[in-house]
Amino acid sequence: MNIIFSTTLKHLRRSPYQALTATIAMFLTFLLGSIFALASLASAVTLKYFESKPQITVFFNDKSGAAEASTLQKTLEATGKTISIKYVSQEEALAIYREQNKNDPLLLEMVTADILPASLEITAANPRNLTELEPLLKNVPGVEEVVYQKDVVDALISWTRAIRWTGATIAFLLALNSLLITLTVISMKIAMKKEELEILNLVGASPWFIRFPFIWEGIIYGLVGATLAWIIVTGLLLWLRPVLLGFLGVIPELQRILASSTGPEFISGILIFGGLLAAVGIFLGAFGSMLALARYLKL
Amino acid sequence: MIRFEDVTKRFGSRTCALSDISVKISDGEFVFLIGPSGAGKTTLLRLIIRDLVPSSGHVWVDEWDLRKIAKSQIYLLRRKVGMIFQDFKLLSERTLFENVSLALEIFGKKPPEIEKGVMDILALVGLADKRHHFPAQLSAGEMQRAGIARAIVGGPKILLADEPTGNLDPQTARSIVDILQEVNKIGTTVVMATHNAGIVNDIKKRTLLLEEGKIIHDETKGHYSVSGKIKKKS
Repeated sequence: MNIIFSTTLKHLRRSPYQALTATIAMFLTFLLGSIFALASLASAVTLKYFESKPQITVFFNDKSGAAEASTLQKTLEATGKTISIKYVSQEEALAIYREQNKNDPLLLEMVTADILPASLEITAANPRNLTELEPLLKNVPGVEEVVYQKDVVDALISWTRAIRWTGATIAFLLALNSLLITLTVISMKIAMKKEELEILNLVGASPWFIRFPFIWEGIIYGLVGATLAWIIVTGLLLWLRPVLLGFLGVIPELQRILASSTGPEFISGILIFGGLLAAVGIFLGAFGSMLALARYLKL
Repeated sequence: MIRFEDVTKRFGSRTCALSDISVKISDGEFVFLIGPSGAGKTTLLRLIIRDLVPSSGHVWVDEWDLRKIAKSQIYLLRRKVGMIFQDFKLLSERTLFENVSLALEIFGKKPPEIEKGVMDILALVGLADKRHHFPAQLSAGEMQRAGIARAIVGGPKILLADEPTGNLDPQTARSIVDILQEVNKIGTTVVMATHNAGIVNDIKKRTLLLEEGKIIHDETKGHYSVSGKIKKKS
């Protein structure tokens, strides 16, 4: 193994510019791929947060309440398109109102449970189901008003989808580019070392003894590129953490991760992300090298 | 043991490099392959290291039928069969020591074993003091001795030499053959292709004469004069 690895290092030393080109290509792939992956992850968490909030609130008029709500609840549950339906009575509504305005006694003085409407808070299994649930809520006796958060969720869905697709497309193209650059660099090296490989073959080197240094070389390109990208992304995250916290802090999951740069969630997240990048880097490098070997090294 | 059974080797449809060759070389023999250029000497050697596959017939090296040997096993055969080339085939970017140690590195030997093995062999071929030299810093004779060192350092059972003295002056050529004889004395089978009549005549070993892809003489006590066409001396 030592000799294989030292041969790999010799390959790298003897053609440093080719090695640098392949490593930079890998680095750019992982840098942009990481940024899009993190943006996609953050938008997915944000979307999940909004999806978990009640998306429809049905307010009943003064004369209606528990009975109408129960009938409507059964109708909605029968569709199988909701994940939660919560009845909020007038008394509960008053308690919520008091909690929200506890620092403003003037707002509490005149308000009683009678003037607040009972309501149903509905969370759809999938935000796309909102349009299917909408007709069921119209013309229901006792319903005074239906409030949707559909627009917010729709906007989030389209943003998340756009980020995910754009990111995936760019990451795929960059990965393909890295793969092709690795393939080209390794192919050139195989061509340059044709005589050496022929001699190794004739003196009894096993096929894998000949192939492994090239595979290691590809792995080093991928690993170094991924590690550099991870260092830069980690630096960026640390630098932008206060800004991100102000911007995304309302979402509890992100708030928990971004709260402290020394917290276990932030550190484990960064380490897991680094591990994933390294794994993808190793795969890309090894795969590119193996393609080159399959194409240009016949043993 | 090397055994050829009705071996024919064609390159394309017209060129027949070897035609219906049957010959057996026993363990520990020293055999000269002689004949004019294009007679099929190199083809015969390349068949033994499975660099070529016969068009028909079978080549056996010990237990291996080289027509049937798996591709993944060829390197094991080549570890048993050392090869010396007329053009030396040394790696120009490696020192003499590194060139020779290559054969032990691929065996997976440990550094101390490699160091000892290489130095012993370099001493045997008289190149111990030039271990740090690169091939470009060596004379043709030294390069050939380095080639021999690389071929024998792993202790092959069979040693093939393809015109090893082709580029050398008579004195150096003779020293190369002396080394091959030393190697043969320790039990290694040696098959040497050559044009060098003097060597064949002096050493008196089994000699196979090839012409137009056929073995036309197989003499157990070679004593030949080589001058275009080879004739047996009285």
